[in-house]
Amino acid sequence: MTETLTAATPLDDLISGEYRHGFISDVAADALPRGLSEDVVRLISAKKNEPPFMLEWRLAAFRHWLTMTEPNWATVRHPAIDYQDIIYYSAPKSQKDGPKSLDDVDPELLRVYEKLGVPLREREMLAGVAVDAVFDSVSVGTTFKAKLGELGIIFCSFSEAVQEHPDLVKQYLGSVVPYTDNFFAALNSAVFSDGSFCYIPRGVRCPMELSTYFRINAKDTGQFERTLIIADEGASVSYLEGCTAPMRDENQLHAAVVELIALDRARIKYSTVQNWYPGDKEGKGGIYNFVTKRGDCRGADSRISWTQVETGSAITWKYPSCILRGDNSVGEFYSVALTNHYQQADTGTKMIHIGRNTRSTIVSKGISAGRGQNAYRGLVKILKSADGARNYSQCDSLLLGDRCGAHTFPYMEVKNATAKVEHEASTSRIGEDQLFYCRQRGLSAEDAVSMIVNGFCKDVFKELPMEFAVEAQKLLGVSLEGSVG
Amino acid sequence: MLEIRNLQVRVDDKPILRGIDLTVNAGEMHAIMGPNGSGKSTLAQVLAGREAFTVTAGDVRYQGRDLLAMPPEERAREGVFLAFQYPVEIPGVSNVYLLKAALNSIRKHRGLPEVDAMEFLALIREKMKLMEMTDELLFRSVNEGFSGGEKKRNEILQMALLEPALAILDETDSGLDIDALQVVAKGINSLRGPKRAMILVTHYQRLLDYVVPDHVHVLSQGRIVKSGGKELALELEARGYGWLEAEAGAAPVETAVR
Repeated sequence: MTETLTAATPLDDLISGEYRHGFISDVAADALPRGLSEDVVRLISAKKNEPPFMLEWRLAAFRHWLTMTEPNWATVRHPAIDYQDIIYYSAPKSQKDGPKSLDDVDPELLRVYEKLGVPLREREMLAGVAVDAVFDSVSVGTTFKAKLGELGIIFCSFSEAVQEHPDLVKQYLGSVVPYTDNFFAALNSAVFSDGSFCYIPRGVRCPMELSTYFRINAKDTGQFERTLIIADEGASVSYLEGCTAPMRDENQLHAAVVELIALDRARIKYSTVQNWYPGDKEGKGGIYNFVTKRGDCRGADSRISWTQVETGSAITWKYPSCILRGDNSVGEFYSVALTNHYQQADTGTKMIHIGRNTRSTIVSKGISAGRGQNAYRGLVKILKSADGARNYSQCDSLLLGDRCGAHTFPYMEVKNATAKVEHEASTSRIGEDQLFYCRQRGLSAEDAVSMIVNGFCKDVFKELPMEFAVEAQKLLGVSLEGSVG
Repeated sequence: MLEIRNLQVRVDDKPILRGIDLTVNAGEMHAIMGPNGSGKSTLAQVLAGREAFTVTAGDVRYQGRDLLAMPPEERAREGVFLAFQYPVEIPGVSNVYLLKAALNSIRKHRGLPEVDAMEFLALIREKMKLMEMTDELLFRSVNEGFSGGEKKRNEILQMALLEPALAILDETDSGLDIDALQVVAKGINSLRGPKRAMILVTHYQRLLDYVVPDHVHVLSQGRIVKSGGKELALELEARGYGWLEAEAGAAPVETAVR
């Protein structure tokens, strides 16, 4: 049977969908002038009333950053970023004094979350999810704090942690991602405005999923978030991070750093749904997302699991990694990355095996549509000390249409002869025959594509917490839709 | 129910169907036979709405409507069903998920309430008994790792579930051993009824031993060169297709390129 694909296939229509979360809310912002200097770093620290150790750390990071250059090894292209043309701090004005409860939160902010489908109150009451909402750079609402407090769990904004728990911050900040790590991590360390902090004490199992919604809003404001999660011996926590951003013409820089520390027998599960504004159909606008995420399995028998669903951003540069230091520790990375239109993603992971009998699993699903470019870049490194280490990697790519690209760069460095490393990879094209089959059974083309793509991602979605998995499936559908609505 | 008038179809500027005329009424079973490359499968797929083909002339009416103007999903929802010759695999999508989505999209179209998971399971299990299929096939990915026979049974299962008005079965008998053939035939026969029309596309007489057609048409080089009753199939089995092509005064059969 001959198959002829005409120029205007239904796929073309489907993948031309537009961003649904595009709107700008007009909250008055309290912003610094553009540009970056030591003075700006000092000002940020002063605005946040930080102790001297924080200022010293920021300044050291800034001075180091000045000696660095932007990395250029990723398969992403973008015009040069003018770091002096970025506003490094902005806070919604009405938040100056800080809200005492959700009732004190600017209704305009709450409406933004409503539009995004993140009704704080509903989540609070119905889903039992504690939401630490970050709007631009200042946390506007933290919930369930009291309940968590009873268990000794600290879950708060980073600024608050600096004030209330400076010893913990001092002990762990930069201990997984030092400011010398890379260009964007150094920049973040110098100017980060806020983020989330979480500490789970010894032996405590966090009874609820912890969640933060990030959102870029003020015009041209780069967002520099910092997240630090520590699970003490025998503790466990599941953390959800999700984000969307409003429609913009200018490209916006986002350079977050996430550090996870798992001590003996501790478990951290970190799940992300990333839906920053990806730019329009012509590739105009969109977020540049340069993120450093790393987990340190510092203790024996510890486990860190990263699950990410990356559908947004014009550029994604992100490699959530695990340092498997403790004996028998386990690192996992489950990823779905979707690029449509002119989006570019270069994402993957690093699994660094140091301890004995350490194990890691990598499952990466890349979906490219339109003119999207999608690269998996991963490193499995087995050090000499890692007797009996094992890794299994699976990297699959799915192509929709014939103008997109998929690339796989698996790196392996094995220095211990007892280690076992397995790598499987595949690339396939969503077939007109699969689409036709589903449509012949009565499914619309959009539903069919969504179903096929979700099937492709099943191995990753099953790692997500239930409610997040449902959200992620919808998101994939929306990201691929053509006739929106 | 179905009226095809002078249907002409090309693929890559190569004519495949050169003017098909066919009328199918409710309650009838038509067999379309013919050698490889005669255009049988093309006809089946064009009726179901495959977009890889270009219709250059002709007209197809289905229940009075212009079938060719309808997208494939609308044809399906209006009751046109194609049992595929090569059912595709959809990794990660469970069979039960696709079946339920299909049933509900059709029910929704007809203004019926959607069935929930429990109702659906009860319904599908009843249909599976007929096709002698095990539960396990429900929860595997669509057609993935199915044997040839399992794939074909799964197609007939879908037909039983979706209860189409017009079912087109494309080489449903190919690749089946005799036991599977009988199960599939039983399934097909159980779905015959006064309101349902079926078109059986087949190369061999084999299936017609079990599913007896009302009409048999022979397709050759994109035209129906002979029509008759069920006895025509037996004659073809005995004599092959060559004599018909000679009788129709057709040019020698082009080398089958597909």
